[in-house]
Order: sequence, then C-alpha cells, then structure tokens
Amino acid sequence: MITIAGAGLAGLTCALELARRGGAVRVFERGSCIGAQSVSRFAGGMLAPWCEAETADAQVTRLGGRAAQWWARITPVSRSGTLVVAPPRDRAELTRFARRTTAHRALDAAGIAALEPALAGRFERGLFFADEAHLDPRRALADLAQAAQACGVEITLGTPAPPRVDLDCTGIAADLAQLRPVRGEMAILHCPDIAIGRTLRLLHPRLPLYLVPRGAGRYMIGATMIESSSTRAPTLRSLCEMLGAAFALHPAFGEASVIETGAGLRAAFPDHLPRLQRIGDRLALNGLYRHGFLLAPAMAERVADHFLPETSNAHHGECKTA
Amino acid sequence: MKVYDIELHSNLMLGTAQYPSLAHLTGAIRASGCAVVTVSLRRETADGTGAGFWDMLRQTGARVLPNTAGCHSVQEAVTTARMAREVFETDWIKLEVIGHADSLQPDVFGLVEAAGILAADGFQVFPYTTDDLVVGEKLLAAGCEVLMPWGAPIGSGQGLRNPDALRTMRAHFAGVPLIVDAGLGRPSDAAAAMELGMDGVLLNSAVANAGDPVAMARAMALAVQAGRAGFLADPMERRDMAVPSTPVLGLAELM
Repeated sequence: MITIAGAGLAGLTCALELARRGGAVRVFERGSCIGAQSVSRFAGGMLAPWCEAETADAQVTRLGGRAAQWWARITPVSRSGTLVVAPPRDRAELTRFARRTTAHRALDAAGIAALEPALAGRFERGLFFADEAHLDPRRALADLAQAAQACGVEITLGTPAPPRVDLDCTGIAADLAQLRPVRGEMAILHCPDIAIGRTLRLLHPRLPLYLVPRGAGRYMIGATMIESSSTRAPTLRSLCEMLGAAFALHPAFGEASVIETGAGLRAAFPDHLPRLQRIGDRLALNGLYRHGFLLAPAMAERVADHFLPETSNAHHGECKTA
Repeated sequence: MKVYDIELHSNLMLGTAQYPSLAHLTGAIRASGCAVVTVSLRRETADGTGAGFWDMLRQTGARVLPNTAGCHSVQEAVTTARMAREVFETDWIKLEVIGHADSLQPDVFGLVEAAGILAADGFQVFPYTTDDLVVGEKLLAAGCEVLMPWGAPIGSGQGLRNPDALRTMRAHFAGVPLIVDAGLGRPSDAAAAMELGMDGVLLNSAVANAGDPVAMARAMALAVQAGRAGFLADPMERRDMAVPSTPVLGLAELM
C-alpha cells in the first residue's frame, strides 16, 4: 500500500498514475471534501507550456508538452489555443513575448477577428499559440478524484495523514526548506454579452492579464503574484488592476457580474520548478508554483517511476478496474 | 559611495520586483555585486511576511532599502514607511510619493512634506525625485542627505532623458550623494549616468525584464564600474573640429 498525504492536484495525480500501474494507493486529506483546501481551485487551468516560456525555465515547456493529452483522458479539455494581444501602445511587449517563446504565429487584425469575432477591430496584432489548451480546474479536480477512485484509489477525507506516509503532497502546508508562498488573486466574471472561446493573454507592462473561458458566459481572470503568505481576500488594488485590464480587453466586460473573487498561495521553490525530493523516510512532491495542471502529470510519472519502476509499460494502457 | 555614514562597496543598487523567479533575483544580486537592494512593502506583505522570500534576500548579504512604491499620498507613504521600519528593522526608507498614475512622476510637493515628517521621525530618507534643483534644495532642507533623481519615468527603459539637468544637479549639489533612480534600460545608460559624476544608479526593470537577468546584472555592474572610472579619469572635452591624433613632427618630407 502506497500512502499519500494530501488529495490536492499533486496528490491525486500521483495516486491515479500509481493506480494505473497497478499500485494500491490510499490518500489522506484533512479537508472534508475534494479540492476545498487545494490552491488549484483558484487556478486558471491553462495548459500553456509555450506561453509560459516567456518567463519560465525551458523545463516547464518540455515537461508540460503532453499535459493536455493526459488531462483529456479524464476531463473535458478545450484545445482552442491561446491568443496573445497587446494594446497598440504596448506593441513592444508583443515583440518581446514573441522573441522569448516558440510555437506561435503572428496574427493581424483580420486574423484576430477570424479567431475571436468579439475582438474584431480592437487589436491590430496578436500571437496565436494553436497547440495550447485549457480546462476547468474545479471540474478537473473532481474528475481526477473520480478517475482515481475508479482505479481503486482510496481517498480518506477529513483525516490528517498519519505521521508515516510514502508521499507528501501537502503543498504550502508542507514545511520544506526553501519552499515559499506566492500569493495569487483571481476573479470570476459572468458576462453573457460577450463570446470568447479561448484563453486570452493581454500583455501590458503594468497590468498583464489572462482570461480563461469557463463556459456559460463565465470567465476566470487572473492573477497577481505577490511575495506574501497572507490568505486574506483580494485587495481592492489588485481587483482594480485586474478588472481594469479586463475592461481594456473589451468594454463589454464593464457590464459583467463579478461572481467570485479569491486568493490562494502557490507553493514555490526559488527556481520556480517543482521538486521531487526525499525527506527522511518519505518522498515529497511540491513547488508546482503556477504550473500545477501543466506539470503535475509529468511529475506524477516520475513518482510512479520511483515506486513502481518495473511496470513502467503498464501505464500506457487504460485502467482495468474501472 | 557613502550614504548616511554607511560606506557602500558598490555604486549599484537593485530593485527586487518582476524577476522570472526568486533564483533569478538572488543570482542577479550576486552577479551585480550590489550593496543595496530595494524591496517594496504592500500591506499583505506585512500581514504575512513571505518569510522564505526575505530569508533568501538576506542570505545575499545585501543591505535592504525598503521603499514606498505605489504610494500616492503623503499619509500612505508615511504609514508604509513606518510599517517597513517594523518589518525590516531599518531606518532607511526610499521615499516615493507618486503624483501621476500614467507617468508615475513623483508628486514633489507631497515628497518634500513626507520627507520632512519621516526625517523628523528618525528615518534616513532616500527620496525618489525629479531633476529639479529647487525640489532638491527643499528635500535637503527637509533632512534628506541623499537625492535620487530620475533618469526617465519608472520602468520605461528610456535612459537619461535630460542629461544636462543631471549635469547641473551634479554641479549644484557637490558633496551630496546623487543616485539615478528609474528609467535606465541598458548598460550604456548606467555608464552614462556614472560618467556624469553620479554616485550610483538604482536598477530594477532593466535587469528583471532582460531575457537573462543574471547576465544583465553582470553587464550593468561592469558598466557602472566603467562609467565611474571614466568620470574619475577626467574625460577630455568635446571639440567641434578634428585634431589629428598622430604626431606630425618628424614626418618624412616627400619631394
């Protein structure tokens, strides 16, 4: 029996990957329902390994390349790509973004209008990352738990992990050297007046924004990055900046209802890359930072290679116990 | 460079925002050899200190200069400065009172007022100001012992927009440490500032937004050294005519 502390994104991804290889897995979660304690409920759910290369290490692009494929087996994944735009005054931002990323093509006004008619006439240049995707983080986490349980994973809710577990996936609650919180704030808008079908990134020197469609006229916008361990509700300043940027993306967002705001703590190591490390008698997977959905599958594969190396061929097949 | 009786081993100061990762930031600090790093304090930072972040900053050995970035009023700046004193246990404060949301130009009236309040409260104030001489005078009268004139608007990377004004400042405020804060983009900008006789430069975006922040930090350190050495070497004056650099005496007389 392989025991895991934490039924968040990392813990459940590892549990499923282990179970697919025939492992018997039990996950302990101190929260009373799946995802309630997980920072991933505030995530964008972008599977954007190429856009992230703007600031992230090349390993993020490499490790995240197959994430969309992995998630598509479990939960609906929208493979509609990412559209990156910048206001006319900040065109230099687009040039810089293009220089530091790959797997994109340049769009003119007509190209942007063809992809997103709602943005017609608003931006003259853009970049399109056709291979990127997004998912709904809350739905995905629930579907992930279900898939894991269907493969025989036992999830014990409302129960802190026993002192001795095999794998620690407790995120920022884990007391690991060099692990620090990076606070993020987000909002969810309901704006049925506007139809946008793919992830948008608005480049701006001060107010960069991403917007991820959640379906049914809902859009998630985010996200700030603040060196803080505070979990209080988002500040007015942060919300002003994000909502102002959404308004700059399209004035129709002025009529949107702000149906939710939230703040969470991303666990990060100094290099902003995840680590799988041995701490005493346990293994710890942590530091997924802002790349949880993007990097969890690749990291889970490494975890599975560690615990169940011999059966490494089995994981390509579907789970038979479902 | 000596500020508030502290001898600093480098003429370069680095801001700590906008780096791709904390590892890039600490790498840039080390590569630059800077003596001072500025950190901005927001209320949520004080709420939960983000202890890991400060610990790793401290480990670089650089002295922390907290700032009041993003403050738009005297009251806000003074409150932030007092909070920063608690959090960072230092009387140093880089004072910013922003007067214009788009250009982030300092509100020099609010700046002078806030500087007076903070200096009277025992702070050692590093005011982010324009290149205006009269404002500089009033800041010194308010108790500041260092001035931080802009090169260009914050984060714009435009370099020295008005080198003549900075040259005038240097001449006018002989003996007062002058640190060019804001607007530099490239190593040549940093070198140009130092060649004018500035005592130091403060950089953030120019390093953090570079494709390779650690390499840019190193380049900036070299530029600052070169500019300073050039200033001390007393550069030649410009001339409006060519002067042959090859001696003409003793040339062969060709028939």
